[in-house]
Parts: sequence; C-alpha cells; structure tokens
Amino acid sequence: MNNAVENKFILSHLWVAFIAFILACFMGVYQVLERSGFIEALTSPSVYFASVSTHGVLMAFVLTTFFIMGFGYYVASTSLKMPIWNKPLAWTGFSIALGGTVLAAIPLLIGKASVLYTFYPPLLAHVSFYIGATLLVVGSWFWCAIMVVMFYQWKNANPNQPVPLAMFATTANALLWLWTSAGVALEVLFQLIPLALGWMDTIDPGLARTLFAWTLHPIVYFWLIPSYTAFYVFVPKQAGGFLFSDEMARVAFIILVVFGLPIGFHHLYMDPEQASGWKLLHAFGTFVVSFPTLITGFTVIASLEIAGRLRGGKGLFGWIGTLPWTNPMTLSVILALLMLIFGGFGGLVNASYAMNAMVHNTAWVPGHFHLIFGGTTIIMYFAIAYYFWPILTRKPLFSDSLALIQLWTWFIGMAIMTTPWHVLGLLGQPRRISSVAYNSLLTLSWDPYEFVMIFGGFVLLGSACLFIYNVAKTQLSSASAEFVQQVEYAEPIHAVESLPEYLNDFKLWNKVIAVLMFISFGVPILQFFFMDTFGSSGWGY
Amino acid sequence: MHIDPLERKWAYTALGMAGLFVSIIMVDALIHGINAPSHVETIDSARLHLSEEFAEDNLGVKVDAQGDITVRMVAGRYSFYPKHISVPSETKVTFRWVSTDVLHGVHIPMTNMSTMIVPGYVAQVTTSFPKPGEYPVLCNEYCGLGHDHMWSNISVVAKENWTASTNAPVTGDAK
Repeated sequence: MNNAVENKFILSHLWVAFIAFILACFMGVYQVLERSGFIEALTSPSVYFASVSTHGVLMAFVLTTFFIMGFGYYVASTSLKMPIWNKPLAWTGFSIALGGTVLAAIPLLIGKASVLYTFYPPLLAHVSFYIGATLLVVGSWFWCAIMVVMFYQWKNANPNQPVPLAMFATTANALLWLWTSAGVALEVLFQLIPLALGWMDTIDPGLARTLFAWTLHPIVYFWLIPSYTAFYVFVPKQAGGFLFSDEMARVAFIILVVFGLPIGFHHLYMDPEQASGWKLLHAFGTFVVSFPTLITGFTVIASLEIAGRLRGGKGLFGWIGTLPWTNPMTLSVILALLMLIFGGFGGLVNASYAMNAMVHNTAWVPGHFHLIFGGTTIIMYFAIAYYFWPILTRKPLFSDSLALIQLWTWFIGMAIMTTPWHVLGLLGQPRRISSVAYNSLLTLSWDPYEFVMIFGGFVLLGSACLFIYNVAKTQLSSASAEFVQQVEYAEPIHAVESLPEYLNDFKLWNKVIAVLMFISFGVPILQFFFMDTFGSSGWGY
Repeated sequence: MHIDPLERKWAYTALGMAGLFVSIIMVDALIHGINAPSHVETIDSARLHLSEEFAEDNLGVKVDAQGDITVRMVAGRYSFYPKHISVPSETKVTFRWVSTDVLHGVHIPMTNMSTMIVPGYVAQVTTSFPKPGEYPVLCNEYCGLGHDHMWSNISVVAKENWTASTNAPVTGDAK
C-alpha cells in the first residue's frame, strides 16, 4: 500500500514533528547557556521561561504526537496491507492538530504562556495556549479512532488470525492515549479554560495537579511505544535475525498499557493534597511497570544474539562484534538500550517513595527523563526516520555514514549533558531555575558541572542539525526511478499460529483498565468534592 | 502460547527484583514510618493573615510544652517568611508550610526536607537534620519570573548549643 498520496500524508506528519524538534533543540542550547550564568548578556528570566515552556511543549507534545500519528498510519497501512481508512477524516485530524499547535505556539513565543509544559495552575497563561493545546490533543484523537477502526476491520476480515504485532502495538498505543489524555483534558476543559476566560473565579490547584498526574506518566509510554515497536518489529530483521518471542512482546505491550495507566501518582509524592496510602499504592504499581521494560530488554537482546550468531558470532560475547553496527537501526537499538539502562536506574530512584525526597524537582529529574526521552525514545525516532525516508520518498538515504555519525554524537552528547545533571541534582540544584542567584557556598560546587552541561548541549545541537540535513537532502535529491525499498517486518523465530483472545484483542483490557483507574484515582479525585477545599485565583507570572 | 524457559526464568527474576524494591519501600514506610509529606489538610490561602496559626507573630520556630519543635513558614512570591530560622541538629522538627499565592516547592539541599507547597493546603513534613551548618532553603517549583530569587536560610545548630528562644530574629542581610 505504498501509494504516493499516502506517503505524502505520512511525510507531512513526520516533517511537522521534526521541524518542532529542531526548533526545540536550538532553544535547548540557549537554555543551558543561559542558566549556567556564564554569559551575563543572556540573563533573562522572561526569555528563559518562555523558551523552556516552548521547548517542553514542542518536544513532548508536538514532536511526539505528530511522529506517533505518522508512524501509526504507516504501520497500519503496511502491516495490515490496507489503505488508511477514511483519509478525509485523517487529514481533518492532522489539520486540527496543526492548527492547535500554531494557536498554542503564538502565545508561547511572545511570552504569554510561560507556564512550562505542565501548566502550573494557578499560574495562568493566555487562553489561546490552552485552546491550542487542547486542539492538538483533539486532532490526535482522530488518529486513535482510525487506528482502532482499522484494527477491527482487519480482525473481522481475518477471524482467528493473530493481528500483526506492529499493529497490535500501535492500537495498544492509540487506546493508551485515549485513556491517558482524558486527565489533562478534564483539567483544561473544566478548570483552566474557564478560569482563563473569567467564567470561574478560582480553581483548586490540588485537583488540577491530580488530574494532570493521571496523564503525566502514561504519556511517557505513549512516546515510548513506537520505539519499543521498532525494537520488536524492525530491529531483528535489520540486524539479520528473528524476533525471539512474538507472544512476550504482546504481553509486554499489554502490561505497559494496563499498568502504565493508573500509576501517574508518583509525580505527587511530595504533594500535600494526597494521603500516603494512595502514594504507596501507586509506588507499588510503578514498580510493576518496570516489568514490561525488563521483558523488552530481554527479548530484544535475545533477538540481537540470534542475529549475531547467524552472522557467525561465537562464544559468550562474540555475537556482539558480528552485529551490523553500521546499520542505523541496529546501532540505534544498542545505543537506545544503553540509555534505557541508565535512565531506568534513575527512574527506580525517582519511583522509590521515600528516596524521591532527595531528588524531587532537582536537576536529577531532567537528567533522568532526557536519558529516557531524549535518549531511548528519540534515538529510535531517528532510526525509524532513517528507515522510512528512503521508503517514503523513493530515494536512497543521502548519506549512511552521516547517519551513523549523527547517532553516535547524539548518544555521546546526551551522556555528556545528563551526567552533570544527575550530580547537580544530588548537590541540590533545582531543575526549573533560570540562573543561580543563591548566595551560598554550596552553589560554588555547581560551576564545573555547568561547563560540562553546555558542552553536551552543543554536541546535541550539532547532531540534531546533521539529522535534519540528512533527511532534507534525501528528500530534495533527484528521484531515481529504479530505487524501490519496502518495509520489512521481523519474523518471530517460532511462528505464531493461534493466540488466546486476550493476546489478540483489547476488549477485556479496557474493562480491566477501567477498574484499575477507578481503584487508583476514584477516591483521590472524589475527595476534592467531599472535603472543604479553598480555590485559588489565577496569577500572572 | 509459547514462552522460552529462559525468558520465563528472566520474567521471574524481574518480578523478584521489583518485589524486593517494593518490600524495602513497604518496610521503610510501614515499620520505620518514613513517608512522603501526605498530610491532607486544607487552608484558605487568601486568609492566611487572619488565621490563628499563620498570622505573622506565630511564624518561625516554636517549642510547645512537651518540647516538640514546630516551624511554621509562609511561601509567597518571592520569599519564604521568616527569612531566617535556626533549629537544633539531631532533633525531630515538624515543618508546616503554606502558600499565599501560587505553587511553590521547598528543598533544603543535602537533606531530605522537601515538599511541594500547594495553595489551599498545609504541607507538613517531619524530619531531623543530622549535620549542623548553614543551609539554603530553596524554592524548587517554578512560581513566576522571580523564582530564581526565592530562597532563604536555615542554621542547623548543634543540639547542645541550641537555645529554645522564640522566633529567630529576622536579619536584613539574608540575601
């Protein structure tokens, strides 16, 4: 199903994603320079916080949402061998999301929405920021609906057949996103927009934070699932082998979705409006979701080992050297897994109920999530882009060696930038400051780490520019009529003949999620309506 | 459905690891009483100055008849009030924080004194400081364009040298 219209549609999504990405990278470099305080002329809290807000929104909402939609459309049409269902509807979703992005970007860029990407009520941004962000999410719901429809169209046409793993994972992500985005949608529709329009005088920031926490952790899995999908369905084939286990991949995706949803509370560990029992319950759930990631690590590494041995690798570690390290997808998965290991350790510290107090809201936290998001997730987005661009544009990649240099420099830059952040966090540096204004001996110990952080930032910006250069050059090069490349999905080493229905459908899991969500968020949200609370009026910044 | 025996072993190992971490957390929380700040108590942020507890005279370090130490602090853009306090080391201290306006966070670096201060709620943390010294008290949640400048000081005085004076004097040169 590789027709030109479909390719153009998917490329439109991916270009919006990566334009947002490169703009956000330039802001990132400005931010590390500004907050180090080494260049006096740059010191400006208002520019800094406008930049941080825009960087966060572009990276976490715009890049991810558009990339995931484009990726999902491609996976659905190729793995199911069906055209995208209802293209006018799909274009409508794209237009709404893009319109929302522009509507939110204007106040962000002129400093009328410096509320950072988690909004921070009762700080109040310009109303068009909230409406724009909402429209971006609404646009993505069109995508979710199309994925679910295509999933069931295929299932009905192929009864008792296992749904292709790539589509199974993509549909899991669409359902995850519908459930996830409900929390922030409630917050924006019933609290922030009415307050910003003056329809309400006060809102309860405790309730707002709880609703945002509903969204705040599963959104990470929304970003991560395409990367995991690539681990399972592209990597084994590109490395020259087979997928170790198709069934365990499905189990991992189901657990991610089912247990990833009701655990967002650990973002409220340090908050006064929720009781410790609920926090403990969510701490428990948070450790449960480390399980699918550990399973994914095992299955992916086992798949790589199969590939390495098929390529002649011998001995306990000999297979590592025989892997095709010059294939961008293979290199990416190795780099992504390394970042996932370090980021994962940091995450376990964050998730640890009491230990969290040491690192909460310190530079440790951006260190952690830049490893998982900027490292694991984005490295795989690069790999997917390098794989898809030649297929979608019908032109060979402009430069394979530049792609490899780009992936290595991104990995190295991310390691250089996040290591000092972890140390600074343990030394008590808050994460969301624009300068170190504290007249305290302690802060002198922060200086050397700031130098390293700036260096890492520049390496990352250089790498990001290389990436854009490579894909743009690919697209702009003259077409060669004979170049045709098709997407190849990895075969499992044991073919899946039949699956129990619970590994091939989501009806049961949606019911389980509903119950788990009620258990973990029912009382914590309802309590605000049963106790005497006092609202806060909105504040500028 | 087919699961490789090796993968099954790994799954059990992974579950075991998660179980071990959760058990440590549970033992700390339920037996040693180490909990995150979770004191669900509401307060009207707009009327703090009229409340008994957080009226200006009652802020700072207070010792009650049983000898328990409570510190009451108000966070408002862009300062903590009072600007400077002094507490004894190796002694249980209960902090009660409220916000007059927006979200703040408070963190004393190198200690586990950390909490969010959400308007409308009292954030309560009980802790003790093992090492005497001068510590900054930092706002660690974005609260507006002056956020960087929101900080104050705390002196942790060796237990034997600390006198239970009433409020520590507010010094003009805290910055």
